[in-house]
Amino acid sequence: MRIATAKQNYMADEALFDTATQRAWMLVFGLALLLYPFLANDYWLYLACLVAIHAASATGLNILTGYTGLVSLGQAAFMGLGAYTVAVLEQRYGTPFLLNLIVAGVVAMLGGLVVGIPSLRVKGLYLAIVTIAASFIVHFIFGNLAFTGGSGGMTVPPPVLFGVALDTSFKIYWLIVPVTILMVLGAANLFRTRVGRAFIAIRDRDISAEVLGIPLLRYKLLSFGLSSFYAGVAGGLWAYFFRVVTPESFPLILSIFFLAAIIVGGMGSILGAILGAAFMTMVPEVLRLVIGLLPIEGDTLRYVSPVRTIVFGLLIVVFLIFEPQGLAEIWRRVRRFFHLWPFRT
Amino acid sequence: MTDWLFLFEVTLAGIGSGGLYALAGLAFVIVYKATRVVNLAIGEMLMMGAYIFFAFASGLQWPIWLAVVLAIVCSGIMGGVIERLAIRPMLGESPISVFMVTVGLGSILVGLVELIWTADQRRLPEFMPTEPIFLGEAFISSKVFYGFWVAVALVAIVVAVFRYWRGGVALRATASDQGAAYSMGINVPRVFSLAWVASAALAAVAGIVVGAIGGLSSSMGVFGLSVLVVVIVGGLDSVVGALLAGLLIGVLEAWAGAYLGGEYKLLVTFIVLVVVLMLRPYGLFGTREIERL
Repeated sequence: MRIATAKQNYMADEALFDTATQRAWMLVFGLALLLYPFLANDYWLYLACLVAIHAASATGLNILTGYTGLVSLGQAAFMGLGAYTVAVLEQRYGTPFLLNLIVAGVVAMLGGLVVGIPSLRVKGLYLAIVTIAASFIVHFIFGNLAFTGGSGGMTVPPPVLFGVALDTSFKIYWLIVPVTILMVLGAANLFRTRVGRAFIAIRDRDISAEVLGIPLLRYKLLSFGLSSFYAGVAGGLWAYFFRVVTPESFPLILSIFFLAAIIVGGMGSILGAILGAAFMTMVPEVLRLVIGLLPIEGDTLRYVSPVRTIVFGLLIVVFLIFEPQGLAEIWRRVRRFFHLWPFRT
Repeated sequence: MTDWLFLFEVTLAGIGSGGLYALAGLAFVIVYKATRVVNLAIGEMLMMGAYIFFAFASGLQWPIWLAVVLAIVCSGIMGGVIERLAIRPMLGESPISVFMVTVGLGSILVGLVELIWTADQRRLPEFMPTEPIFLGEAFISSKVFYGFWVAVALVAIVVAVFRYWRGGVALRATASDQGAAYSMGINVPRVFSLAWVASAALAAVAGIVVGAIGGLSSSMGVFGLSVLVVVIVGGLDSVVGALLAGLLIGVLEAWAGAYLGGEYKLLVTFIVLVVVLMLRPYGLFGTREIERL
């Protein structure tokens, strides 16, 4: 049962983690993240890195779609922009990786600003289709520019930290996870500021927001820019993780994946984006395990990809119909149960 | 003057495929008009129709006409089931949620097709005359030619049905004002079902023709992307818009494909889309929504 949680000042009320229990669990979580690489094998480290990259990008999309209410199906394309920026910088100029990541974010942000320009004139579905159009155009540019190695793509050398090349899952974990944590904390803090509140006002009713004195175009563009910055950095991490970037690395289905992740996780919730990204990344792996265990004759691998596609679609549909607030809401219910125990919720 | 002949031929082929875009666009517009649902799974529904036809015509070796009828009927049923199971519970939710449901549906349909028929490319049995057609000196592939006329005939039928049949009138009434239609005794939920059934059946026909021209594969849903562009350029809720935009996009894609190369097709379509949306955010013929506080 949750007792003695009366807030005595505004600072306590505004705190990111507002109870002692929550802070204790965050500490446990942090320690777990520190210990994880020493306990897990390569496969689980690979998954952890992938989840972290997806979580970073999904958090970015959540700023745009979950909090500002602008649906984008271009997140993967912005990730691609970031990944290509990193690849070009590493290959041609050999600049330090932190700078590369930031430049990747900025380049993707500029792309996002350009795509965001129609957002004042068109809304909802029209905007979603414009972002699809933008991602096709970006793909086309990647595939047909000599600068980016055409359809063959580019290879990326591993990032070097204090003379150590981060070339295994174990080593790159120490780059990817801290960066992701930084970005997630940044997003969580964003919604305690004036800008974040403006985003939420725009989502809830954009015309009212404008009447209240929020310049729509500026804030919508800002939201697009921030979200693509996240995508760009996540794309840069992706490039360092897989170390090869091709025009096909960031297909439209990946954008849909991110939208699905924030739907399944919970739109407009920081925790939701992380849960969703982890869940959607893990489901195919679990499926592969399950199908491998099933006593089916012949080539079971043939079924893996279609079943994965079906489950992917089913998850979106089922969550939207039965649990529109996503995993974050389930999590909140669990928490509420413990807060109110032994009374019924 | 061979260049002009080539241009003429390319344009004709473009008009031919534009007819199919118009048909699929019509399937989209029917659902949007009646239920305000943006059906992103239109390409996948089209693919499903084509595969059902393939199952009857090639798998079971039944006569072509029977397979066509069965494919249309089965697709219609599928449309009804989708409406009842996935769309009906979403009534009143935000348009974006419903839109995402159709994205999920599309993924499920692709998965089903890959599970049953594998992801390999399939060929439909030949059922159209293969004699090439000549218009003056210009050559047109017979499949494109007949496909176009199938599309034209269907579009004409649909437009006539909308105009004169009671169900069609009910559909238009629902589209223009749901509340008023309800109070005039129109069974609005039934109209919703009807719209989905009709749309899926139309998509099946379009799918069969597209499959006959280009072959079947689980990535046929990409056709749906062009269809989306078509309906958006035309204005989501305009039948005339869908028809004209279908032809326009068809011709532009054919030109891009012939003079620039195949990979430019989608690029050109999307550039047209962006340009049109920047100039007229509600499409060429769409109704302009007025927002009040």
